[in-house]
Amino acid sequence: MSSIASSARGIAWQRRRRALARAWSQYRRHLPGMIGLGVLVVIVGMALLAPVISNHDELSPANTVDNPTWATPSEFPPLGTDNLGRSVWAQFVWGARISLLVGLAATIIAIVIGSVVGILAGFYRGIGSALLMRVTEWFLVIPFLPLAIVLAAVLGPSIRNIIIVIGVTSWPSTARIVRAQVQTLKERLYVERSRALGASNRQLMARHIFPNVSPIILANLTLTVPIAILSETTLAFLGLGDPTRASWGKMLEESFKAGALSRDAWWYYLPPGLGIMAVVLAFTLIGTALEEILDPRLREQRR
Amino acid sequence: MSFGFVSRKVLGALATLVFVVCFNFFLFRVVESDPVGNLFRGRNLTEGQRLELQREFGLDGSKLEQFARYLEQTVQLNFGRSYTTSEPVMSLVWERAWPTIALVGVSTVLSAVFGVLIGIVAAWRRRSKADYGWTGFTMATYAMPDFWLGMLLLVTFAVTLGWFPVAGITNAGSDATGIAKLLDQAHHMFLPALTLTLAYLGEYALVMRASLIETMREDYLTLARAKGLRDVVVRNRHAVPNALLPVVTLIAINFGFVLSGAIAVETIYSWPGLGLLTYDALRGPDLPLLQGLFLVFSAAVIFFNLVADLLYAYLDPRVRTE
Repeated sequence: MSSIASSARGIAWQRRRRALARAWSQYRRHLPGMIGLGVLVVIVGMALLAPVISNHDELSPANTVDNPTWATPSEFPPLGTDNLGRSVWAQFVWGARISLLVGLAATIIAIVIGSVVGILAGFYRGIGSALLMRVTEWFLVIPFLPLAIVLAAVLGPSIRNIIIVIGVTSWPSTARIVRAQVQTLKERLYVERSRALGASNRQLMARHIFPNVSPIILANLTLTVPIAILSETTLAFLGLGDPTRASWGKMLEESFKAGALSRDAWWYYLPPGLGIMAVVLAFTLIGTALEEILDPRLREQRR
Repeated sequence: MSFGFVSRKVLGALATLVFVVCFNFFLFRVVESDPVGNLFRGRNLTEGQRLELQREFGLDGSKLEQFARYLEQTVQLNFGRSYTTSEPVMSLVWERAWPTIALVGVSTVLSAVFGVLIGIVAAWRRRSKADYGWTGFTMATYAMPDFWLGMLLLVTFAVTLGWFPVAGITNAGSDATGIAKLLDQAHHMFLPALTLTLAYLGEYALVMRASLIETMREDYLTLARAKGLRDVVVRNRHAVPNALLPVVTLIAINFGFVLSGAIAVETIYSWPGLGLLTYDALRGPDLPLLQGLFLVFSAAVIFFNLVADLLYAYLDPRVRTE
């Protein structure tokens, strides 16, 4: 009995691996998607190599008293200094770490909540499911930015709190998309057949529903990351970021407060903005490519 | 539109509003334990003064009593007094609402108009150079933090070129009235409005493009062409009006969201609206003010969502029968 089950599972896995290989070969031919992936690899590489390509000591004003303030990139390569003599390059490289970390971690929280709510609300019928959907609708209409601001103000500024705030405010759209997909999936014949053979609800969700919504969850994940990174930027700009660590949003906040605009210290306010733009575009291109490849309805439209 | 449909939508919106009102109370009361102590940290308060202050801010009594009083006051549109200025929150909000409504109104209209035009060009000549160019442009503006775009425009057109003022809504010390005052305000509003227009244009363009591409496959367009109508007539009379439906509701929904979305942009330009008020409230933190602003922003979104639902049903009869 158990050998049949495991071989059946083996076949299923084989099929999934083949589907994955097929998806990758399609993705490789998707030019915008590959450009996005390339940009992302460069930026992630830069963030990972931060200790190698920049000096962490140049982030703290205590170590930079001897540095010139507001030095241009030619006076203090590669990107000049800020009003406290700190290296802008070091802030940019280390800030990439925080911006990416917050973006990814918050997205994971949002995707987990959104997927669980979406699968439960789509799979079950009844009061509980209706209530879940009602809560989702509520969160959809609560304006994101004020809610995040209020939460961040109440919880206090730290990396962990920013991640939590963005995570718990970004899940409703995922929940809605997943729920719609689950509702069509659970009417499929193989789900019915499996139920007739005695599969429990938990087994159905784990074996049939979840694997089949996971491509959509993946596409949604890559499209949620840019939103989370932009949210981090805005919250940090409003002074709700971690005061002790540089992020791209915090660089923009500090450059604005220090008067980089009136001095036209472009080397201070341009790099973080361009970095955010590059990451957001990269994730958007990847997400759109995944959507087109994984969603058969869109694939037909492309032709 | 049937009475049943409208009342169902209105009741749904009211239920959401009630949820937000309750949520708002617990968000602030449960987490924040001792606002008076935090606010007057380092100052010697007698126990009597303490209690007096707590009563003034509505923080005395049990949580349940506070909740009941909060509900009663909220229904009367009384959001308490600001911690920092002691003015009623409602009058602060009211005073600052108009600059935001003007700014958001102008930029919503502009971004919708230009977004729709871009979407039409991109969709009608799909996969042309114009399509790739405009779609790339809208994706780029979408990828920028809106306040960073504002910073770039501020540096270029206000600091370097000096064409526009850097901050505020009128020139300092100006006593102009009538037309002159209006022109001065328009001059100040130009850059923030341009920023928000560019920031929100992309969404309209992408939605219009997708919607028009969907519409272009409809049989009635083939019929219109078969009748021998010119391409421009097919586009403007038959395709665009139908494709506009989702954009119309998006405008209504966005108007509610943009009211609160302009916080950072208003801060960049020191535009004295609700966004700048939020920014200032955060510095305190002025909790009653934040709480009141949160309620006002949420109520705006709920209201405009309702408007969008009803508008959609009015324009598209298929929705009503659902």
